[in-house]
Amino acid sequence: MTAAAVASTGSRTAEQYCTFWVADLFFGVAVDEVQEVLRHQPMTPVPRADAAVTGLINLRGQIVTAVDLRVRLGLPPREGDQLPMNVIVRTRGEVVSLLVDDIGDVIDTAGVDGQPAPANMPRKVQDLVCKDRGVLPLADAILLVLDADRAVDVSTTPDNPGGTP
Amino acid sequence: MDDDAEIIAEFLVESHENLDQLDRDLVELEQQPDSRDRLSSIFRTIHTIKGTSGFLAFNRLEQLTHVGETLLSRLRDGDAVMTPAITEALLSMVDTVRALLDVIERTSKDTDPTVDVLPLVALIEGLLEVGLPTTASGETPSADELSVAEVSELGGAVEEPDVSPAAPPTAPPEGLTSEEPATEEPPAPENGWDGVDRRTVVEASVRVDIDLLDDLVDLVGELVLTRNQLIQRSLASSDIELVRASQRLDLVASELQESVMKTRMQPIGQVWSKLPRVVRDLSHQLGREVELVMDGHETELDRSLLEAVKDPLTHLVRNSLDHGIERPEDRLAAGKPAKGTLSLRAYHESGQVVVEISDDGKGIDPDRIAAVAIERGVVTRDQLSRMDAREVLGLIFRPGFSTAAAVSNISGRGVGMDVVRTNIERIGGSVDVTSEVGRGTTTRVRIPLTLAIIPALVVGEGEERYAIPQANLVELVRIEGDDLRRQVEDLAGAPVLRLRGKLLPLVSLAEILGGPPMDGQALTVVVLQSDDVRFGLCVSTVFDTQEIVVKPIGRQLKALAMYAGATIMGDGRVALILDVAGTAVTAGVGVAQQETNDSRVVVADDRTALLVLEVSDGRRAALPLAAVSRLEEFGRDRIERSGATEVVQYRDGILPLVRLATAIGLTDTSDQGDQISVVVHETTGAAAGVVGIVIDRVLDVVDVVIVSSQVGRRDGVTGSAVVQDRVTDLVDLAAVVARSGVPA
Repeated sequence: MTAAAVASTGSRTAEQYCTFWVADLFFGVAVDEVQEVLRHQPMTPVPRADAAVTGLINLRGQIVTAVDLRVRLGLPPREGDQLPMNVIVRTRGEVVSLLVDDIGDVIDTAGVDGQPAPANMPRKVQDLVCKDRGVLPLADAILLVLDADRAVDVSTTPDNPGGTP
Repeated sequence: MDDDAEIIAEFLVESHENLDQLDRDLVELEQQPDSRDRLSSIFRTIHTIKGTSGFLAFNRLEQLTHVGETLLSRLRDGDAVMTPAITEALLSMVDTVRALLDVIERTSKDTDPTVDVLPLVALIEGLLEVGLPTTASGETPSADELSVAEVSELGGAVEEPDVSPAAPPTAPPEGLTSEEPATEEPPAPENGWDGVDRRTVVEASVRVDIDLLDDLVDLVGELVLTRNQLIQRSLASSDIELVRASQRLDLVASELQESVMKTRMQPIGQVWSKLPRVVRDLSHQLGREVELVMDGHETELDRSLLEAVKDPLTHLVRNSLDHGIERPEDRLAAGKPAKGTLSLRAYHESGQVVVEISDDGKGIDPDRIAAVAIERGVVTRDQLSRMDAREVLGLIFRPGFSTAAAVSNISGRGVGMDVVRTNIERIGGSVDVTSEVGRGTTTRVRIPLTLAIIPALVVGEGEERYAIPQANLVELVRIEGDDLRRQVEDLAGAPVLRLRGKLLPLVSLAEILGGPPMDGQALTVVVLQSDDVRFGLCVSTVFDTQEIVVKPIGRQLKALAMYAGATIMGDGRVALILDVAGTAVTAGVGVAQQETNDSRVVVADDRTALLVLEVSDGRRAALPLAAVSRLEEFGRDRIERSGATEVVQYRDGILPLVRLATAIGLTDTSDQGDQISVVVHETTGAAAGVVGIVIDRVLDVVDVVIVSSQVGRRDGVTGSAVVQDRVTDLVDLAAVVARSGVPA
């Protein structure tokens, strides 16, 4: 972040994103929504929960639900022994872990205007990208701004047939 | 009386706080005299103090607050506006109230002569009489000039001639600064009060934001878990200092945990304190004479639970008055004292708080309950016929049930007892009722001490552990080998366990969790009870019971009824806590299907499980299944003789045999094969022993209502009954056993 960037916008957090990869998609979550980023954590599976709920993590005594973004985005499962990383976000008063493939840097997107999601993106991906200004075409990559609230809003239908481990 | 002391203490704390607020309110009111909100708030405070002081018979306090209230109500309703004189009078009233409260705290009475309320009462009444400046007329000059000094004069003047002639002042007016009495030397200590060194009620306690307490509980829970991990590590360590330090940590953490939990604990008396009033009002309304006896009000439980039991307890008390205790004339006619007794008792029992509400009223008549239950369609006649008295009483907790012959405004709206039970079960408690017609009714409510930390049984399934709240745990049963085949049966695809004559639906935890169906040579059954449902949960491993810290789980999992939350185990891993009621519903044995299941469970209740045998070429005989400890087969060549008795060697001992056919006067035909079938019966009592009863073969095990007939009664047979459409001899076990030479 540069002083110029701060001065030009007056709001710096909205332009700073904690970034990560899910498959080949490059996502970002506004830094003020992210509590921390953790390596793979031991997890307790929750039988009968939605398929996207991978398990429960003990985060210093707090029980945190881990939601697999690959499942939420309709992407194929991680290959082989690749372990997911945890992006711990706070949404609607709750702490939830987003399971992602790899963690990127915190980047400043000042000066880049967001665009609506291209219409040909898969529906499930479009659904989780912030409306209106969710896609930021950066110089070397295209950043999709994740709508964390929607990402963790797992349909709570019990006994989802795909949910059994 | 102890209860009174408690109520007074609470009243004092509350009032002192309110008065502090009142001071601020009054001063602000002077700045903005038209603030209706502030006036209402002041009015409410004074009104509350007045109400409580009336109830506690603090007459002087009541008298003072009464006039204050009148003045305030005029101000509130816009019949008068604030003037400095009124503010002054109100502030004086607050000071005097405070002085009276101090007196009450010291002496438990408000009759201390050093605080005089009458001049002030007179003054306020004077203000009321003189005619207050109204909003309509604006501020009249007379009121405008009513300065503080004049008020005192006025107070003095009015007090003499005509105001409150019935209650002349007992002491000359001391002016309006009623702080004086309070700052004066207290009277000679009558009850050991020394004037110093004692913490007052107000100073002895601090009000703390409940969120802060909840945070503390969370943090302590975390500390305990961290300690557990550290201790596991330190045990393997050779660093003696580390071991010592972790032992100290262990101790301190435990004590800290205990203390923090205690901060959330409050005596149940806090809930009870409202009850004397409820009882008094209700008994007047209903024309009953009732003495309320309260015992164990100091019993403590978690504040969140206290809040949750408040309404159910009040409802039960109302119920006792409305349905239980009779009118005085009816009581006298029944040979009971005119005054009924309603007693509340609270005590700790095995990690739970038990609250008993008992009355010596007319009791609950099972016949009437039954009649009403049928009339309202709560049960069918058929179901009812299979219920025992206790179950019939339990019907009052069913939705849609209410027995009030006349619907009163106290109870009998039909939303009563089932709501009571639902509310209590929601917090992990239970409620049951026992009653004796004509003698009274006792309702027993069991509540866990705290919700945050509960004892739980930890079981294993697959790779994971699950915690089951101990409150729902009835027993653990392990079934292996032969027993498995004999006691576990398939009823239309549903596995059931015969457990002491009752059929228990079995549910496999692995299956509920989406795993493979159960299978194997042994079963570990955790017998669980929730609501009316009792079922057996088959698990693969049982670990131990431990105290677990209940933690909430996220929104994503809220729809899964089978989980009550999660906890963190000693190794830092998360384990899910099973919600027993939710698990029952998920597994299909819950309340949703109760109608079908219920009848089956009830069927088992007053029926007897019989082992039906064939003896003497197709003749049938039956033994109570409870008397059968095992079924064995022996080769005929193993039969030896000892004197006149046939015996076999069995389990490192000698098993005497009795031919059942011979014993009941029939021709013995049990020797037709190479093997003999033997029912092993263990006699209990002083001369316990084992007897083998030789039969032809086992036909069946049936659950039947025995309608016994004297037909066929003879030596060794108590009579006969129709079992499975066939006449069957009922074996007199004692007589049969006697023939073996083993004392029955």
